[in-house]
Amino acid sequence: MTPVLFKLPIPSSRSLVPTGYGYVLPDQNGWSRYLHFQSAWLVVFTGFLYVVAGLFSGHFGKSLVPGKGDLSWRAFSKAMVSHVRFERPSAAEAWSYNLLQRLSYLFVIFVLFPLVIWTGLAMSPAFTSAVPATVTLLGGRQSARTLHFFVSVALLVFLLVHVGMVWFAGFRSRMRAMITGRADTSMERT
Amino acid sequence: MTDLSRRKLIKTGLAATAGVAGLGVATRIAKSYGLIPPDHGGIWGAGETLNYASYRLLTRHSMAREFPRSQISKRPLENEMAPLNDAFKKLQAGGFADWRLTIDGMVDRPGAFSLDQLKSYPSRNQITQLACEEGWSYVSEWTGVPLSHVLEVAGIQPQAKYVVYFSIDPDWWDSIDMGDAMHPQTYLAYGMNGGELSVGNGGPLRMRVPRQLGYKSVKFITHLTVTDNLKKFGKGLGSASPEGGYAWYAGI
Repeated sequence: MTPVLFKLPIPSSRSLVPTGYGYVLPDQNGWSRYLHFQSAWLVVFTGFLYVVAGLFSGHFGKSLVPGKGDLSWRAFSKAMVSHVRFERPSAAEAWSYNLLQRLSYLFVIFVLFPLVIWTGLAMSPAFTSAVPATVTLLGGRQSARTLHFFVSVALLVFLLVHVGMVWFAGFRSRMRAMITGRADTSMERT
Repeated sequence: MTDLSRRKLIKTGLAATAGVAGLGVATRIAKSYGLIPPDHGGIWGAGETLNYASYRLLTRHSMAREFPRSQISKRPLENEMAPLNDAFKKLQAGGFADWRLTIDGMVDRPGAFSLDQLKSYPSRNQITQLACEEGWSYVSEWTGVPLSHVLEVAGIQPQAKYVVYFSIDPDWWDSIDMGDAMHPQTYLAYGMNGGELSVGNGGPLRMRVPRQLGYKSVKFITHLTVTDNLKKFGKGLGSASPEGGYAWYAGI
């Protein structure tokens, strides 16, 4: 048997499951699994459309890949400092994503989402029968499970910070801009 | 909002109509190829149908992962179960000599098999992982007779679509499609790790479906029915699992 590297104190849904710690959560696995997979399909379909559209329209190259001048430690630390100070972007800067936004969006789109789908499929006995490498490359089902958990936490943290920043930048105007695709600068911070 | 011109509105409307029509056609095609699971109704139906349909397309001939002997878990977890009923205890007292597996439905020769009869058929071994939807899993070696062999002995009829299997515990019954039923790794298992299959692990006879999660591997199997229609069983959802809120198809 492969030795255990570390254990996460996450409650199980029944006391019988030998987790080694005492917490038990009420068993809601049936409908949560239905919800999980239905949401996963929604993410896969919208994500696929988004990536295809982004590649064809050049959105990723134009708006997300940082310019050459931005890829230096100085630019990075400068962006970091202004972020930490919650400085509002100048009018010109507000029209494009800054360096931190670009890097984190690229990371979420091209690293975290593919990883969360991969580690999830690695737990499917049917999918791994068709493509065994999905699970063997990760070191087995339980490792895939741990990674799936970590990546999903990372996505959740991104979501919370993202919504927090939208709130900070003016929730209503940003939501309107997201839905209609048009930014109205006069509506900033309302 | 004035930017949302009439032309755009018409375009969007047409696209939406085409989408809905496309979905209708897709459903019809899926149905004719048997890609719709029995629990396709309700708010989770779309996700379930996508799960099952993609499994049917992806894993037609795939084999569940097999492990080297060194990977066998120290302790194959004996899951919690309802108290065993009197019928079981009586058979257990007799060393399961009177245990019978009956088979009926769309077979030419309905009948009953004793455990000795099942053990007289060519036996197979697999070292596979049993994974629970709760997250835990173990690797163990299973010994049994392929379900396909028993179905062939009984003379399965060509219109058969599903095999329904029943536990001695009337609360537990399940079903699989013919792809899984005829799959070489689907066993009626009677042995584990070189010994008898313990009662805690489903002995004397357990269905073993390694390409799906543990709850499809129902314990204490006493009866098989071959059918082309799952509507006739229970609430028509294919197994006891969807009646308790769990998906019929458990490959993920």
